[in-house]
Amino acid sequence: MRPGGDTLALAGLGLGVALVPLGVTSQYHLSIGVFIGIHAIVTIGLCLVMGYAGQISLGHAAFYGLGAYASGLLTTKLGANPWAAMAGAMALTAGVAYALGRPILRLRGHYLAMATLAFGIIAYLAFVEFTELTGGPSGLAGIPRLRVGGFVFDTDRKFFYLTWGGVIAVVALSLNVVNSRVGRALRAIHGSEVAAETLGVDTAAYKLRVFTLSAVYAALAGSLYAHYLSFVSPPTFGFIASVEFVVMAAVGGLASVWGAPFGAATVTLLTEVIRDVMPRLLAYASGEHEVIAYGLLLILIMIFVPEGLTVGGLRALRRLGRAGRRVPAAP
Amino acid sequence: MAGPEQLLQLVLVGLTQGAIYALIALGFVTIYNVTGVINFAQGEFAMLGAMLMVSLAPLGLPTPAAFFLAVAGVVVVGGGVERLAIHPARRASVVTLIIITIGADIVLRGLALLAWGTDPLPLAPFSAGPPLTFGGAFITRQALWILGTTAVTLAALYAFFEYTYPGKTVRACAINRLAARLSGISPERMSLLAFCLAAALGGVGGVVIAPLTLVSYDMGLYLGLRGFVAAVMGGLVSAPGAVAGALLLGILEALVAGIWKAAYKEAAAFLVLFVILLLRPQGLFTRAVARQAGL
Repeated sequence: MRPGGDTLALAGLGLGVALVPLGVTSQYHLSIGVFIGIHAIVTIGLCLVMGYAGQISLGHAAFYGLGAYASGLLTTKLGANPWAAMAGAMALTAGVAYALGRPILRLRGHYLAMATLAFGIIAYLAFVEFTELTGGPSGLAGIPRLRVGGFVFDTDRKFFYLTWGGVIAVVALSLNVVNSRVGRALRAIHGSEVAAETLGVDTAAYKLRVFTLSAVYAALAGSLYAHYLSFVSPPTFGFIASVEFVVMAAVGGLASVWGAPFGAATVTLLTEVIRDVMPRLLAYASGEHEVIAYGLLLILIMIFVPEGLTVGGLRALRRLGRAGRRVPAAP
Repeated sequence: MAGPEQLLQLVLVGLTQGAIYALIALGFVTIYNVTGVINFAQGEFAMLGAMLMVSLAPLGLPTPAAFFLAVAGVVVVGGGVERLAIHPARRASVVTLIIITIGADIVLRGLALLAWGTDPLPLAPFSAGPPLTFGGAFITRQALWILGTTAVTLAALYAFFEYTYPGKTVRACAINRLAARLSGISPERMSLLAFCLAAALGGVGGVVIAPLTLVSYDMGLYLGLRGFVAAVMGGLVSAPGAVAGALLLGILEALVAGIWKAAYKEAAAFLVLFVILLLRPQGLFTRAVARQAGL
C-alpha cells in the first residue's frame, strides 16, 4: 500500500471513529465497539508477527493477560497511577517477550509456535494458581478507571474514543514499521530467510524486534481491558483466547496492517451473533458452541483465501475493475 | 521425603500416563515427518476414541470388538480431516496448514460437545478386580491394559514401518519427500495414510485411558499438548525419541504431583518444553537414536 493512501485511510478511520458514537447510542453496542478496538490492537501485532515475520504465536493472550494483570496489580496493590501502571505493564511485557523470543527466534522452523503455546499455558496457570496475588479463579476486582485531571473515562462512549484513539496510534506506528527499512527486511525474511540472510539482514534480530513490539501491543490492549471493565479473571487470557486472536488475524489477512481491525471486528461481531442465534437454532446449544464456527471459519479461510478476507476481497475488486475497463494493449 | 515404595508407586503411575502420551506423540511424529505439519488436532483423536468407547459400552459388545470399532471410527475422522481440510490446501504454506489443523481441533472439540455434552462420562475398566501389588506398590488392572496395549501397538507400528510395503513408502516419504515422489510414491496418499495412522494411534490411547479418567469433550487439548511436549523432547522426528520422551514426561509429572503439588504438574510439563527448546531444540536423545528407524 502506498504511504499516501495510508494517510488517507488513517484519516478516514479517524473520521469513522469520531462519527460512530453519534449514531450508536446503545451502551451494549458501544461496548462491543470497545472490545473490537481492544482486539484489533492485539491482532495488529499478531499480523506483524505472522504476516511479516512468518512466525505463529499461540500465546498472545498471555501477553494480553500480562498487561491486564500488571495494570491491575500495580494500581490496586501498589496504588500506582493508572497511566503509569499502563506504561509499566507494557515495559514488563516487552521484557518478558524479549527474554522469551531471544533464544527461540534464533532457531529456524516453528519453534515460536511451541514456545509461545507453552508460555501461554504457564502464564494462565500462574494467573490461576498465585491466588494471593491475582485472586486466582475468582479474579482481580476494583481496578481504577483511567483519568486525566478531573476527566474520568467512565462511560462506554468516552472509553470508545480512548480505545480507538489507541487503535489509530497503533495502526500508524505499525504502518511506519512496515514501510521502513525494518518492514522491507521483514518482508525479505518472509520471502526467503536464507536469501535475506545472504543479503546481510540479521533475521533473528528483526524477528525479535517485531515479536517484542507485538507483545507490547497486546499488553496495551490488556491494560485498556483492565481499566475498562475494572475486573480481570483468568479465562479471558487462556489458550482459546490466543487461538481467537490467530483467527482474527487470519480473517483480516496476515500480511496487512489494515486487515487486523477488520478481522477483529468480523470475529467479535460474529461471536455476538452466534451467541445470539445459536440457542434459537438448537435448543440445548450453549455459548460454548460458538467455537465450532471459529474452527470452520478458520479452515475455510485458510483453504480458499489464505491471504485473508481484506486482501482477497481487494484483489477480487481489482480483478473486476480490470475486467470492466480492459483495453487492447499498445503494440 | 518419599520412601522407595512411594517412589515406585509414582513411577508406575507415571509410566501408565506416559504410555498414553507416547501413542499421541507418535501421531505427531508421523504426520510431521510425512507432511512437515504440526497437527494441533492430534489430541482430539484420543478424545474421540475415548468418547466412542463410552458410547459403545452400553451395547454390550465384547471389549475387543468395541475397541476396534472405536479406533476404526477415529481413523475415519482422521482421514476425513485430511481429505476435507488438509488436502484442499495441500499447495499452501506449512504455516497455513498448521493454522488449518488448529481449526480442525476446534471443530472436532465443538462437535464432541454437541454430540456428548459437557458432563464427564465414566467407563468401567476392561477387567474388574482389585489392584495388583508389585514390589510394595499398587497397579490397577487398567494400567496393565494400558501398558500392554501400548507395547503391542508399538510393536505393530514397528512391524508396519519395517516389513510392509505401505510402511516403507511412509518411511521413504519421511526421509526425502521429493525422492519418494520421483520413485512413484504419491505424497497425497502418504499424507492421508499419515493422518489415518496418527488418528489410529490417538484413538488407541483414548480408548485405553477412558476407564482411568472421566471422559469429557475437552480432554483432547490436555492430552494433545502432553503428546506434543513428548514429541519435542524426542526431537519431533524420532519415533523412539518420542516414546522415551513420553515415558520421561509421564514419570516427571507423577513425581511433581506426588511429591510437590498436583497443580504444578501441568506447569512442569511446559517448563520442560521450554528448557528443551532453549537448550536442546534437536531433542534429548538425537545423537543416540534419531533417524535409526527412518522416522
